Amino acid sequence: MNLQCPLPKLDFDIITLGHGSGGLLMHELLNKTVLDIFKNDLLDQQHDGASFSLPGPLAFSTDSYVVSPISFPGGNIGDLAVNGTVNDLAMCGAQAKYLSLAFILEEGLKVDEFWDVLVSIKNAALKSGVQIVTGDTKVVERGKGDKIFINTSGIGQVHPSARIHHRYIEPGDAIILSGKLAAHGITIMSLREGLQFETDIETDSVNLNHTVNILLDGFGEGIKFLRDPTRGGLASTLNEISGAAKMGIDIDQNLLPLDEQVEGACEMLGLDPLYVANEGLFIAIVKKDIKDEVLQLLHTDPNGAHAAIIGYITDEHPGKVILKSRIGGKRVVSYLPGEQLPRIC
Amino acid sequence: MKYLSEYRAPEQVAALLKQIHAETTRQWTLMEICGGQTHSLVKNGLLEMLPDKITMVHGPGCPVCVTPVSVIDEAIWLASQPGVILCSFGDMLRVPGSKISLLEVKARGGDVRMVYSPLEAVELAKNNPDKQVVFFAVGFETTAPANALSVVHASKQNIQNYSILASHVLVPPAMEAILSDPENRIDAFLAAGHVCTIMGMNEYDPIAEKYRIPIVVTGFEPVDLLQGILFAIRQLEKGEYRVENQYTRYVQRAGNLLAQETLKDVFDISDRMWRGIGNIPNSGFEVKDIYRIYNAREKFDIDIPLAEENAACISGDIMKGLKKPFQCPNFGTACKPEHPLGAPMVSSEGACAAYYQYYGEELTAK
Repeated sequence: MNLQCPLPKLDFDIITLGHGSGGLLMHELLNKTVLDIFKNDLLDQQHDGASFSLPGPLAFSTDSYVVSPISFPGGNIGDLAVNGTVNDLAMCGAQAKYLSLAFILEEGLKVDEFWDVLVSIKNAALKSGVQIVTGDTKVVERGKGDKIFINTSGIGQVHPSARIHHRYIEPGDAIILSGKLAAHGITIMSLREGLQFETDIETDSVNLNHTVNILLDGFGEGIKFLRDPTRGGLASTLNEISGAAKMGIDIDQNLLPLDEQVEGACEMLGLDPLYVANEGLFIAIVKKDIKDEVLQLLHTDPNGAHAAIIGYITDEHPGKVILKSRIGGKRVVSYLPGEQLPRIC
Repeated sequence: MKYLSEYRAPEQVAALLKQIHAETTRQWTLMEICGGQTHSLVKNGLLEMLPDKITMVHGPGCPVCVTPVSVIDEAIWLASQPGVILCSFGDMLRVPGSKISLLEVKARGGDVRMVYSPLEAVELAKNNPDKQVVFFAVGFETTAPANALSVVHASKQNIQNYSILASHVLVPPAMEAILSDPENRIDAFLAAGHVCTIMGMNEYDPIAEKYRIPIVVTGFEPVDLLQGILFAIRQLEKGEYRVENQYTRYVQRAGNLLAQETLKDVFDISDRMWRGIGNIPNSGFEVKDIYRIYNAREKFDIDIPLAEENAACISGDIMKGLKKPFQCPNFGTACKPEHPLGAPMVSSEGACAAYYQYYGEELTAK
């Protein structure tokens, strides 16, 4: 369903400070690009904000996107910015309805690069069923930004059967991971300066709202908690959950879905896949007696084809995540200390 | 993953553990030299699976951990100079110098770059002829050849704005320093497989002979480590002491001769300060005089006062195997990965970091 849009005819091929000035240049840029590609009734009013009513309960979330490089195998900063906020809302059990979209552009950014980002925002919005209804564009001097930063905020409607809160988590609940670990982080790492290795690994960035909706339709309050393990990886997210719920978590290394190439890249770079960022994954903590049905349903969804039960909630060792290693040893999985840095020999 | 999964196979691990349990009749203390081995032991939960009679102590083989504060201060001074790009492996960036770390220099405007290979730093020098590029060359015999090669490459291409700040250390002198310590209680060594891939095994024979101690050259995966332990226990139980090779898939008796030649071309053997341990004679590499222009210490007039080590960090006792991380009063309290008092809590190969990360703050480790 990917939209292919040719770059509109413009009198300029790079972004200059004038494009953020509020004057004629900015109007030309916005009218021919942003306002045209995202066309909808609310945006077309070109007001300072969008006015609408939505039946509650509602969820509201915001996130900023500064990924470098802005384009990578499987996506770019644009779809990341839509999927990220759509997914944050989905983790609250909500379907994203409206997004705001704010750009900070660096002077000198090529217009065709900007256009590629806009097209991928459009496609991601179409896929997740969300509308861009308000926005902002600023331009900073060359060297004061890094091509393009994006902020998106979103409002979504919470599923009527959703009862998602860590207070519902209890011993015996199953922990389901929706797919294979660490693809996004490794994709970005493989492009960073000086790290030339070739793989077919692509970002896993995808909208999860429809998948979550299917789960909530099917199991309602049996789905007790949802969280997407983005920055800090699975390890950090599990620690957050075990800390908030004051419960222990047991996971089994043998059960973690991991792509062979990703695992190989992690070995080479000295990274632990448990700490590498994901963009299209979620953890669902579900009632013990429905775990197999949840898994079965997930397996019918493209975003859950590799879903697996990776462990269980326990009342032993509250606040701690314990991993049973492949060879049967046990160890604590702690928060990521600082940035994940590679080993030196 | 082929060539890896077979060394992590649960059946093999179980069989080796069974043998180790059956053949161990007395109390033995083994030291694994390399921090990579320490991490693998802890990360895979192997320490808990060994017989109570076997105590593993963790050796000095963590290049970041043994780099003295004064050398980190030199790197920080260089990174703070205008027109200098300082390149380093990632681990080194968070290690505290006497005042700040390289990451903090970067945050304050210093041009500090993380690289995976010294050859990237040479490339950077080539592409930035108006800058001085300095590579912070730390590491044992494993990393030294690549760092030496970067000097050879720069020289061949006549790239004059490249230099290295060398802080290379050597394993055998450190083993002798540990064995000569009156408090030493180590019965056998697991030597570092990667180091021996380069240097071979010959230099370990005199140590095994002189100190009557088994030395088993060992790899890094669970099956490697358990096999290394089994070989060492067998020697100990029989009262033997010799150099044995577990890591036969990489290590040859003579080592990598080409790499050794490169080392000889670029480096002289020199005395070296080890963080927490002190000066060990002939335990490091320094850039040879003929490559003077590639030696950052010759190129720059580094002007810093000699720094004191943080007295609250017992890294010396940790790296000599005299104390375990949790025997340090500051472990997990004043000293954590996010605010380390010393390098063993920072490096991915540091024993304290391994214990903190994989055991948490609870001190249940053997």
